[in-house]
Amino acid sequence: MGLEQKLGNLGVVTTTLEQAVNWGRTGSMWPMLFGLACCAIEMISTIGAPQNDLSRFGMELMRASPRQSDLMIVAGRVTRKMAPVLRRLYDQMPDPKWVVAMGDCASCGGIFNNYAIVQGVDEVVPVDVYVAGCPPRPEALIHGLLTLHAKVKQEKLVKWA
Amino acid sequence: MTAQDTQLLEATIDELKHLFSPRAQTGETMVLNMGPQHPSTHGVLRLIVELDGEIIVNAVPDIGYLHTGIEKNMEAKTFTKALVMTDRLDYLNNMGNNLAYCLAVEKLMGVEVPERAQVIRVILAELQRIASHLVWLGTHANDLAVQSMLFYCVRDREYILNIFELIAGQRMMTSFMRPGGLWRDVPAGFEEAVRAFLDYLPARLDDYERLTKNNPIWLDRTKGIGVIDGPTALAMGLTGGSLRGSGVNWDIRKAMPYSGYEQYQFDVPLGSAGDVYDRYWVRMLELRQSLRLVDQALAKLKRLGPGPVITADRKVAPPPRAEIGVSMEALIHHFKFWTEGFPAPAGEVYVATESPRGELGVFLRGNGGPKPHRVHFRTPSFINLQSTSLMSKDHYIADVVAIVGSIDIVLGDVDR
Amino acid sequence: MSHLETTLAALQDKFGDVLEQVVEFRGETTVVIHAAANLAVLQFLKETLGYTFLADLTAYDDWPEEPRFKVIYQLRNLFGPVSLRVKCPLAGDAPQIASVTGLYPAANWPERELFDMFGLQITGHPDLRRILMPSDWQGHPLRKDYPLGYEEVQFTFNFDDIDKKKPYAKE
Ligand code: SF4
Repeated sequence: MGLEQKLGNLGVVTTTLEQAVNWGRTGSMWPMLFGLACCAIEMISTIGAPQNDLSRFGMELMRASPRQSDLMIVAGRVTRKMAPVLRRLYDQMPDPKWVVAMGDCASCGGIFNNYAIVQGVDEVVPVDVYVAGCPPRPEALIHGLLTLHAKVKQEKLVKWA
Repeated sequence: MTAQDTQLLEATIDELKHLFSPRAQTGETMVLNMGPQHPSTHGVLRLIVELDGEIIVNAVPDIGYLHTGIEKNMEAKTFTKALVMTDRLDYLNNMGNNLAYCLAVEKLMGVEVPERAQVIRVILAELQRIASHLVWLGTHANDLAVQSMLFYCVRDREYILNIFELIAGQRMMTSFMRPGGLWRDVPAGFEEAVRAFLDYLPARLDDYERLTKNNPIWLDRTKGIGVIDGPTALAMGLTGGSLRGSGVNWDIRKAMPYSGYEQYQFDVPLGSAGDVYDRYWVRMLELRQSLRLVDQALAKLKRLGPGPVITADRKVAPPPRAEIGVSMEALIHHFKFWTEGFPAPAGEVYVATESPRGELGVFLRGNGGPKPHRVHFRTPSFINLQSTSLMSKDHYIADVVAIVGSIDIVLGDVDR
Repeated sequence: MSHLETTLAALQDKFGDVLEQVVEFRGETTVVIHAAANLAVLQFLKETLGYTFLADLTAYDDWPEEPRFKVIYQLRNLFGPVSLRVKCPLAGDAPQIASVTGLYPAANWPERELFDMFGLQITGHPDLRRILMPSDWQGHPLRKDYPLGYEEVQFTFNFDDIDKKKPYAKE
């Protein structure tokens, strides 16, 4: 059953360009294959395990290269040694790009309040959605991603122009 | 490689000069950076490889991108509060880390663990081993182009996580084992859940074996790759499946049993060639042995019947909930226990356990105070990873992925 | 006589002058020796007494006591198995100890970790660089006089106070 049968013989759907583009962006967001720590394992569960199946939201295709991805899921703790690398990866991603801070460590340092860990990845890159949990359940990550989708749908085209 | 990347490499190459052959400086061989963001390095491992064409002259791991300062941070917490940090060390072996740390605290404090708790610990540690091996199998196979394996393995792992969630309310970072025993007894339905899993997995394992064992592509990528012989492996400190793949019969569960492992029947699978294939095959067999162990432990748990799961020594264990409601002393003790902790005697202990990756040792030193004076984790991945350069010499660059995968490292375990 | 007793007797006999102390705690034996003799003792233990496996190599800091650092070798004779801990105290200023990588290749990275985390100079190490921290890092984190690097947590009542101390406040 496709859209055609539902709409009958109308032939035309009208919408604004903004909505169409944003809809397209949410429908095929490619996250970067980038895991740091424990949260990355939950991220694999979210994407890999059939129980969770992220492809329902058009996002199961992880790209290993930052140049082909538009979403960075920072899954895990960011160390002071890793922070410059992370920033470089972010800079290499083409616009438009979004960042999800997955887990307490990426959001605020989590339980590791010490010399080695960056207290929240927002010190390094701008974050769109924070997902709480240590590690967040797959459902929580999916919720975070859907929140991001909702956010993307609100976006104005001029912002990226 | 972009211009920026080369810059990064040049900045560090001066201090690394002595690691590469002189040919690298004339440009005869090429030095290539791999990681820390690379899909096949299982996390944030950086390898600097020197290549002669496609042949590896040297591979130098550069680690520390996930150094979390766990050891230092644990020194700032009481013995009980430091426990939560151990989960996050080797994040595929959360229960095993809890177990190793708890054993160390128990040894330092000189407390006994009730038998029921020990049996449950064995069940959980072995389930965790299965979960860890499944993730290893999935990612390793994924690297070697058996892509669907990852999905199968992660699916099966979910069943174990469900069991953990049943008993502890958390999927991964359970902190279920506590110094002196367990947080609480397992709830009703635990046994059935584990039994159901025991019935479910063997058939799946058969499938996975069929997918890989005689698969010509798999054989091509693994046979004769990354060979290390037994004596060299021992000298390099290799432990766990990586050592047993070289045919050395060393398993801490057999050699220095803890938590009552001596009461169970299980075999220690051994390889002979010491290549990637043998390490793979040893782990596949270990999965079955773990199932066997869980099976026996479950039967034993049933025989034992209900009983305490945490030591009665109130110095190490908090008073039970029921008591807090009726006794003022218990309430005060509970408060002091969680805020101040308990003082440990001055002294040091070393406890070795068999984690899915090898010998996980905990060196714990108390100095009379409620906080550890020094905790050190002898993590298997850290020591095992040293052998990468040795193993990958004279292989193709594509084999590095197979070799790193076959050592089964977890970066949280390497960098701590 | 168990192998451990044999070991202790042999050590007493051969290295009586560098042997400082033998400690028993919870069934584990620790021998404390002069740090300068670590290579000779370990070589003897490995080659004559069969302690061929170096299970662990670490250190701890007793600051402000002296001698401040203690380097610990956790040795194991795989037949038995028999475990023995060898401890070498090191003075606080310019701590230095000989590398055992020649005897135990497995000691390579742990020794680099000691250099990185405690600032111990490992003489004769083939590749002494920082291993876990970035190469331009200042200080040695696991020393007791190195702060944990705690960042204060901001709540609504103290948000502004802490905000002033943050690095970006100066901008
Ligand atoms: S939030 Fe928890 S699970 Fe995630 S990286 Fe941090 S410690 Fe690990």
